[in-house]
Amino acid sequence: MKAKVYIRYKEGILDPQGKTVGRALDSMGIDGIKDLRIGKYIEISFGNISKEQAELVADESCRKLLANPNTETYHFEVEE
Amino acid sequence: MMKFAILVFPGSNCDHDAYKVIENIEGASPKFIWHRENNLSEYDAVIIPGGFSYGDYLRAGAIAKFSPIMNAVISESKKGKKIIGICNGFQILIESGLLPGALINNKGVKFKSKQISLSTKNYNTVFTNQIPKGKEIFMPIAHRQGNYTSTDDLIKELIDNDQIAFTYSKGGGGNPNGSCLDIAGIFNKRKNILGMMPHPERASDLILGSNDGSLIFKSIIEDIV
Repeated sequence: MKAKVYIRYKEGILDPQGKTVGRALDSMGIDGIKDLRIGKYIEISFGNISKEQAELVADESCRKLLANPNTETYHFEVEE
Repeated sequence: MMKFAILVFPGSNCDHDAYKVIENIEGASPKFIWHRENNLSEYDAVIIPGGFSYGDYLRAGAIAKFSPIMNAVISESKKGKKIIGICNGFQILIESGLLPGALINNKGVKFKSKQISLSTKNYNTVFTNQIPKGKEIFMPIAHRQGNYTSTDDLIKELIDNDQIAFTYSKGGGGNPNGSCLDIAGIFNKRKNILGMMPHPERASDLILGSNDGSLIFKSIIEDIV
């Protein structure tokens, strides 16, 4: 059982890293990109627990540590 | 004798600077406190120094907040004990919820290491009472995540409660990191906690180019005496 956790900046939070990478692509001649934002991807592996328990653990982990509620949002998918 | 606890996390690197400054101020004595300890009751003030606690993994300060010593910091702060977090220490105070808002990547992404200047926004606190009114104070910054940001409601609250401690001023080149309202440091509502990105402990001896930083430590001591 695995949780795939995605963390991204809230709208309106400046992402200078994303902006810089977006500009780099533009300067390489890759056209058509309006904006680029960079987030985090985290994979959590679980022992022998149910899907419901895994979802609870993933949510608690996000709330308490993995995401900063002031600046970030998160979502996750639990897969067997 | 006023006793300062200087917290040491894995990755703290301004702890010795802070120690030297406190050691050289009359009436004050410093002691290093390892982050695995859990009692701060015998100290009058706590310094959370700069550095890269836990390698800044995940987010700066995010993991340090779960060190045992932070429970002691939170309980002592509720008793009104003076707590100052500098740079990474400020980031830890924010991640712990002791100060509001967030510190995100500098505008322009770069790590900024330079001398800046500050204007003081509230002189009537245990951290600022020795700073001469209107004096621009000079000290260095050295950070990548010092861009203070917050919701409009919270910014209004900071202003209404006089919680803005310092803003970046023109003499040192102005706002280096994109912080909203040029904010360099803030207090909690009760004004017994200060978090700031600039380093007063690196500007507390003239041989370092400025001793303005010592005014902040002297303010803490004056308040106790």
